[in-house]
Amino acid sequence: MDPTVAAAVADAHRRDWGFVLAATARITRDLDAAEDCVQDAYAQALAAWADGVPAKPAAWLTLVARRRAMNLIRRNDTLSRKLPLLVDTATLPGPDDGDAAADAIPDDRLRLIFTCCHPALAVEARVALTLRLLCGLTTGEVASAFLVSETTMAARITRAKKKITAARIPYQVPPASELPDRLAAVLDVVHLVFTTGHTAPAGPSLQRRDLAERALDLARMLRHLLPSDPAVAGLLALILLTDARRHTRTTTDGRLLLLAEQDRTRWDRVEIDEGLALIRAAMKRRPPTRYVLMAAIAAVHTAAPRWEATDWQQIAGLYDSLTQVWPSPVVALNRAIAIGEARGPQAGLAALDELAAEPQLAGYHYLPAARAEFLRRLHRTDDARLAYHEARLLAGNAVEQDFLTRRLGELDG
Amino acid sequence: MAEYMVFIWDDEASWAAADPGIVAANQTDHEDFIARNAGALRGGNRLHRGETATSMRRGPDGGVAISDGTFAETKEVIGGYYLIEAADLDAALRIAVQVPALFGGVEVRPIWTAS
Repeated sequence: MDPTVAAAVADAHRRDWGFVLAATARITRDLDAAEDCVQDAYAQALAAWADGVPAKPAAWLTLVARRRAMNLIRRNDTLSRKLPLLVDTATLPGPDDGDAAADAIPDDRLRLIFTCCHPALAVEARVALTLRLLCGLTTGEVASAFLVSETTMAARITRAKKKITAARIPYQVPPASELPDRLAAVLDVVHLVFTTGHTAPAGPSLQRRDLAERALDLARMLRHLLPSDPAVAGLLALILLTDARRHTRTTTDGRLLLLAEQDRTRWDRVEIDEGLALIRAAMKRRPPTRYVLMAAIAAVHTAAPRWEATDWQQIAGLYDSLTQVWPSPVVALNRAIAIGEARGPQAGLAALDELAAEPQLAGYHYLPAARAEFLRRLHRTDDARLAYHEARLLAGNAVEQDFLTRRLGELDG
Repeated sequence: MAEYMVFIWDDEASWAAADPGIVAANQTDHEDFIARNAGALRGGNRLHRGETATSMRRGPDGGVAISDGTFAETKEVIGGYYLIEAADLDAALRIAVQVPALFGGVEVRPIWTAS
């Protein structure tokens, strides 16, 4: 096979899957049938594009997938109504076909993501459907991202699709009155995909770049489709500003580097500038929402040329605001760490100890890790050692476990 | 359009202990709900208390065991239902969210239709 064609199809798969599927689902009114038609269109592209890759691959693929969908529908109608078969014998479009039609194809990806992230579906199902239908991941890829077997994931996806059909979850962008809540559910899914990619919950590597990149794609897509929504801008900014540090989070041999140790000159300036521009605009809208505030916190880190120059007072203040709009134990934990950096380890420890009984933080390794850090600075070595041991026991991925082992070694050194 | 069953799950102990004013207000709330959603309502009833329920299970030997009480032993029991018609789940939820269920909540289930 021509490697240029294969690369073009792979590229179109990555970039356009969600667009093609969303446009096809509008015709099939059935997600399984739409997936089959889209899969078939990509398979045809592998052969057809040998004569030239179309100028607008998404339009070409949509044309082919929708034509197949129309045929399926006619055939089904025919079978049920016993009317003569109306066969579409048109040949595949050429490389230039689809250009004119491209502008006429409505972008249905918002409908699709609102259906995938409907609150009537379980959160795991929302994530799985989004990765599969919007990003074109296979069931196996989705399963490995969330550490379940392919069989389990396949069952989860099937169950979710059945519910969409049986309960008639609409293929629709919600009305303005319901949009903020429904959009929040969508943003949470994209954020969850990003955090799972940014710091893998288990496994040998700290990051799952494939997932982090998909989340960035999804956030960019939402920004494109809802350009004036500050919550969307906030999430995209948060992802950009966090992702900008991706090359500096481990040493070349895979050792974890904390924010304090990272080479800030190697942070991605292009992503930072894009994120800062978004956050400046979003912060002007009052009151700032959850992801806007989280992005603002990331922006303060970005603004410091060195760790020591971090404006912790400002970060602690932003965490206060975040606690107001998003009171969660994890936010409280980060707020406590900011307090410790701003006002000293004793104050930080006191803030952390208020969270000791929080059931949602039981088993969360960042809590004992943060305690250990403040205890170390207070020269309470024995207490620090215990806390590091506890954190290492709870940490999921090997890079973080190794970091905690080194910290323990340094205590005894 | 599709039909949905809206089950009202409520805590009977809380109702038993409730002030008569609250009970009366609940009656009015249901009347208001029915008046507001007359176009979508296809049926609905209040049920007697869970202690009046009789449950029957087929045993492994093929015989039927009859028992006193509701099928599931939960704090909330089904106290009533509405059958509604709606275009899709979002429309159904917009109606169901108005159903009074002071000490519990509602469950919305699509009605099976043979296709």
